Amino acid sequence: MITIARLTIGEAARRRILWVLVILAAIAVGITGWGVDRLVTLARENGTAEFQIQFGVSQILIFIAFQFTFVLAMTAAFLGSPAIASDLESGIALALLARPLRRTSYLLGRWLGLAVVLVAYGGGSALLAILVVGRVSGYTPPSVLMPIVYLSAEGLVVLTLSLLLSTRLPPIGAGAIAVVAFGLSWMAGAIERVGLAITASNPGVNLEIVGQVGRALLPTDGLWRGVVYGLEPGIVIAAASGQPLAEANPFFAASPPTVGFLAWAVTWVLLVTLLAAFSLRRREL
Amino acid sequence: MTRSTEPVIDVTDLRKRYGRVDALAGLTMAVQPGEIFGFLGPNGAGKTTTVKLLLGLARPSGGRGTLLGEPLGDREARRRVGYLPELFRFQPWLRAREVLALHADLIGLPGADRARRFEDSLGLVGLADRAGSAVGTFSKGMQQRLGLGVALLGEPALVILDEPTSALDPIGRIDVRAILRTARERGAAIFLNSHLLSEVEQVCDRVAIVDRGRVVAEGTLAAVLGAQETRVRCEAVDPAGLASLAAFGPLRVEGRELVFVDLLEPRVPDLVAALVDLGVRIQAVVSGRESLERRFLELVGHPPPEAPT
Ligand SMILES: Nc1ncnc2c1ncn2[C@@H]1O[C@H](COP(=O)(O)OP(=O)(O)OP(=O)(O)O)[C@@H](O)[C@H]1O
Ligand SMILES: [Mg+2]
Repeated sequence: MITIARLTIGEAARRRILWVLVILAAIAVGITGWGVDRLVTLARENGTAEFQIQFGVSQILIFIAFQFTFVLAMTAAFLGSPAIASDLESGIALALLARPLRRTSYLLGRWLGLAVVLVAYGGGSALLAILVVGRVSGYTPPSVLMPIVYLSAEGLVVLTLSLLLSTRLPPIGAGAIAVVAFGLSWMAGAIERVGLAITASNPGVNLEIVGQVGRALLPTDGLWRGVVYGLEPGIVIAAASGQPLAEANPFFAASPPTVGFLAWAVTWVLLVTLLAAFSLRRREL
Repeated sequence: MTRSTEPVIDVTDLRKRYGRVDALAGLTMAVQPGEIFGFLGPNGAGKTTTVKLLLGLARPSGGRGTLLGEPLGDREARRRVGYLPELFRFQPWLRAREVLALHADLIGLPGADRARRFEDSLGLVGLADRAGSAVGTFSKGMQQRLGLGVALLGEPALVILDEPTSALDPIGRIDVRAILRTARERGAAIFLNSHLLSEVEQVCDRVAIVDRGRVVAEGTLAAVLGAQETRVRCEAVDPAGLASLAAFGPLRVEGRELVFVDLLEPRVPDLVAALVDLGVRIQAVVSGRESLERRFLELVGHPPPEAPT
C-alpha cells in the first residue's frame, strides 16, 4: 500500500501535475491578495466602518472558497477517475496485480497517495489565501483550521467517489460523473435552504427532504456549510441566524455541521472505499 | 532453491466463460519443476485466459488447480512467480531502473545489492545503456525486453511468459532462448505461451497443444510431434506385395506414398531392396519426423495441405 502511495505521489510529481497545481494555487492566492488589498484600501479611504469591511472581506473569502471548492472537486475527480481505470485499460494493472499485492492495498495506496496530493494542494492554497487576506485586510476568520479541514474533506469525498467509479468506468466517464454528482449535491443543498425559507412562511411545503437526501448520498454540500461557517465573523452569524432569508443563502451557515453529519461523512467515505475495494476485487483483468 | 517434485502448475478441468464464449472448456495439464513448458495454440485458443486464471487476474467459472502448490491466485505463491503479460505497459513516466525497483518492492526483494541486481537484469535483456530512460520512450520491443527482465527479477521459481518474443527482432529471439535456458539451469520452471512453433520447438522440454479451450495433446516434443516416419513415394503396390512388407513394421498407404512408422534408419536400404525385388519403381524415400507444423494443423482440426506431387 505504501509502495503504491509513493508511486502515486511520484507520478503526480513526475508528470508535473503537482507543479501545475502549485503554480495555479500561487497565482490564485496572488490575485486574491491583490484584489482584497485594493478593495480594503479603497473602502478605508472612503471611511467605511471597520465592521462593514470585515463583513465584506468575509463574504469575499466565502465566494473565493466557493469557487475553490469547485476547482478542488474537479481536481479530485480528474486525479481520481483515471487512477485505476487507466491502469486497467493500459495493462499496467496486469503486471502490478500479478505481484503479491492485494487489490485492496492497491486501491488504498492510490487513495492515500492522491489524498496527500489533494490535501497538500487544497489545504495549502486555502491556508495561504486566508493568511494573505488576513495580512492585507486585517480580517482573519475565527477559526483558520476549520474551513481548511472542511474544504479538504470535500475534496476527499469527491476523490473517494471518483476512485469507486474508476474501478468500473473509463477515466472520462468516471470523472464526469463525479463532477456532476458534486454539482447536484450542491444544488440539493441550495434547494433545501430555499425550502427552509419557504417553509417558514408556508408550513406544509417541505423541500428539506431534498437536501437531506442529497447530503446523505454525497456529503460534500454539508461539508461546504462547514467551510462557510468557519469563514464567517461571529457577529454575522449572531445577526443573521434565524432570519429565513439569510438562512436561504447558500453562502451563509448559521451553525457548523452536526456531529451526526460528520460521523456520517466519515462513514460514507469508509463505505464507498469498501465498495470500491469490493468492486475492484470482483473485476476481471 | 529446493527442487520439489510437486508440479508447479496443476490444473484440472479448468473452465472459463466470457458471456457466451467458452474461453476454456475443461483444461487439464501439469507443469513440472525445472522444465520449459510450451503452451501452444492458435489465436483465441485460450492461452492468455489460462495464464490469467493461474495468476488470479480472472476467476475460473469451474475446475480447480494449484500454482506452486497453492490455490490459484494465492498471494504468497505469486511472490515466487514472474510474469510477462501479453498486452501490457509499464508506467511510462518511470525509468527502466525504477520499474525494476517498483517490482522489487512489491515482491519484497531485500535491499542489499539491489542496484547491482537491477543493472544485471537490464544487461541480461540488452537494456544496460537505457537504465535511466523513461519507459515511455521505449520501443515496443524494448518494453518487452524490460518486461522479461522484470519477470525474471528475484529468481522466481516459475516464470510465466505470454508471447515473450512477439515484438522482438531475430537477435532478441535468440537472446530469449538463451535467457530461458539459463533460468532453467538455476532450477526455474518456465511456462511459455506461444503460437510460434519454431520458438517452442527449440527450447521446450514438453509442450501442450491447446485448441478451443482444451488440451488436445501434451507430452515431450517427440511424443507430441509424432513418431519417426519413413515415406516412400512409388508406384502402387498390390495387396500381396504390401503383405510381404509386414516385416518392416506398421505400414499405411497415403495416396502415392507408403508410410512406415518407427522404421530404424539402418533398415531403410533393406526396405528399398525389398521394394525393388517386388518390381516397384521408387521415386523418393524420405525419413524423418512429422513436422510440428503439420502435426499442429492436424491436432487443431485443419487438414494438412496436400503434399506437392
Ligand atoms: N475479457 C474478455 N471478454 C470476453 N471474451 C474474452 C475475454 N478475454 C478473452 N476472451 C475470449 O476468450 C477466448 C480465448 O482468448 P485468449 O486471449 O485466451 O486467446 P489466446 O490463446 O491467448 O490467443 P492469442 O494467440 O491471440 O493471444 C477468445 O475467444 C476471446 O475472444
Ligand atoms: Mg494470448
